[in-house]
Amino acid sequence: MTMRSEAVSSEVITAQAIREPSRFEFMRLADFPLVPVLILVGFAVIAIFASVLAPHDPEVGKLVARFRPPAWQHGGSMEYLLGTDHLGRDVLSRLMFGARISLVVGFTAVIVAGAIGTVLGIVSGYLGGWVDQVIMRITDTWLALPALTFAIFLAAIVGPSEMNIVIILGAVYWTRYARVIRGEVLSLKEREFVRLAIVAGLSKSKIMTRHILPNVINSAIVLGTLMLGVVIVTEAALSFLGIGVPPPKPAWGLMLSDGKRGLMVGYWWLTVLPGSCIVLMVLSANLLGDWLRVKLDPQLRQL
Amino acid sequence: MTRFIARRIGYSLVSLFLLSLTIFLFVRVTGDPAVLLVEPGASQADLDAIREQFGLDQPIWVQYVSFIASLAHGDFGQSFYYRTPVFELYLTRLPNSLMLALAAMAFSLLIGIPSGILAAVRVGGFWDKAGKIFALLGLSVPSFWIGLVLILFFSVYLQWLPSSGSGTPLHLLMPAFALGWYFAAAHMRLTRSSMLEVLGSEYIKLARLKGLPEALVIGKHAFKNALIPVLTLAGINLVIMINVAVVVETVFAWPGIGRLLYEGITFRDFPVVQGVVIMGGTMIVVVNLVIDVLYAVIDPRIRLEA
Repeated sequence: MTMRSEAVSSEVITAQAIREPSRFEFMRLADFPLVPVLILVGFAVIAIFASVLAPHDPEVGKLVARFRPPAWQHGGSMEYLLGTDHLGRDVLSRLMFGARISLVVGFTAVIVAGAIGTVLGIVSGYLGGWVDQVIMRITDTWLALPALTFAIFLAAIVGPSEMNIVIILGAVYWTRYARVIRGEVLSLKEREFVRLAIVAGLSKSKIMTRHILPNVINSAIVLGTLMLGVVIVTEAALSFLGIGVPPPKPAWGLMLSDGKRGLMVGYWWLTVLPGSCIVLMVLSANLLGDWLRVKLDPQLRQL
Repeated sequence: MTRFIARRIGYSLVSLFLLSLTIFLFVRVTGDPAVLLVEPGASQADLDAIREQFGLDQPIWVQYVSFIASLAHGDFGQSFYYRTPVFELYLTRLPNSLMLALAAMAFSLLIGIPSGILAAVRVGGFWDKAGKIFALLGLSVPSFWIGLVLILFFSVYLQWLPSSGSGTPLHLLMPAFALGWYFAAAHMRLTRSSMLEVLGSEYIKLARLKGLPEALVIGKHAFKNALIPVLTLAGINLVIMINVAVVVETVFAWPGIGRLLYEGITFRDFPVVQGVVIMGGTMIVVVNLVIDVLYAVIDPRIRLEA
């Protein structure tokens, strides 16, 4: 530790050299969020093997078996371990396939938003001038729109589908990346290695892709992990409102919306179970994101 | 001072211009706006009539100018479902939204400020750790699910509170809790960090050196200054609450703006959806302007910097 603090005092040390020892720390960290990671991995495994694991078809039910309670409650059976919904569809199977929807939509939306935001953030920060002005004014304006309202507006225009949800979430959330990445680029721009690259005669596009991008990718990953939870909740909210994933697909938000039919008569499993899944997944993503933020990217700590 | 305010207003006008342009272009780029502006199930003749009425056959910049002109007059078009101007509908729903937002705000401050102070006074202690968990839960538990679970417990099992509707203070309790939940966590975190900053300052050290009792140092000297950023955030959040209440209002059938937006979606009432989005964005731009100007008036360093 003392050795490193001496070394840091000299400016010549590169970002790579500072990061090197942290790779070992990464492996032997006591505060590694094991439980959240296990939960996320568990959800991923269930999502991948949903078609093998699920005991019933998630989209087709038997009307004679409507509103069956979970197995351990009076009236429940082992056939429907977590009960059935208003169309007699197996809740467990729907939850399993729902994990697939949440993870696929969540990850792709985060990647779409991250790609747009990172590229625009780098271009805006590095080129400066009127390009920066235009991109940042648009970013500010879009940030002023409440995310959910903006997403609803877009969903009302393009109509519901899983593909559209990804595009909508990407369009709504890229601004969060653009802001942070631009700020980092502004400080990277003044560093020795970028100045040397300019002196060496590298083109602007080469500097941006080879020298700036590798240095902001960590922040983009951390932001992406933190955004994952936000995106999953927004997808659930849109599906809950009926403009997200279209029925009869088993999205968790949609299941909550269907669950309202049994809420007033106390069919708790239709409300409590899908919601618990959302909370578990989002909580795990947030805990992992928090940990990554502290470990990978000291610059984002104050965020 | 005047120059700062003038510049800040100009900046907000640019934002409003881009906001209207965004909304305008999205509607036109993604398809035929006539389909969105006409009632579902309309005939070809109706579509043509709409195209002419809204000037959709004219060049795009002419369309934009007339779009802006009608917005400036408070004309957001007619609601298909209610057959009344969207702006009027919006104004009739606004008081309900404001009431819900104020109740949620009161709740979030009552929880957030004391727990934030407790966390700051004993950093790393029990309250600090409990506060961290609370903040994490606030971020991770969706408000509409809280609402549903509250209904399940307090309306279905215990039968203490009405599950939906409005009219009595009892109707307000659960929606206010569900909406305020997320913001309570945000207010807690800001109170904690702001309090920590103040507690590290010179005048607090002096107060302690003078031998003032700790309760007085924290309760009187630190508390007041630590509260300034929290109240600023609360001001912005009040406007945000009005605009993000859509899911909570849907769960509890609360007749506010969020519910209006939901009706706009379900009845395919596009002018309503568009109107609510434009009003929401405008409100937030204006509140940010007001707060920046107030800060500049209070703190000369800000206007000199800019």
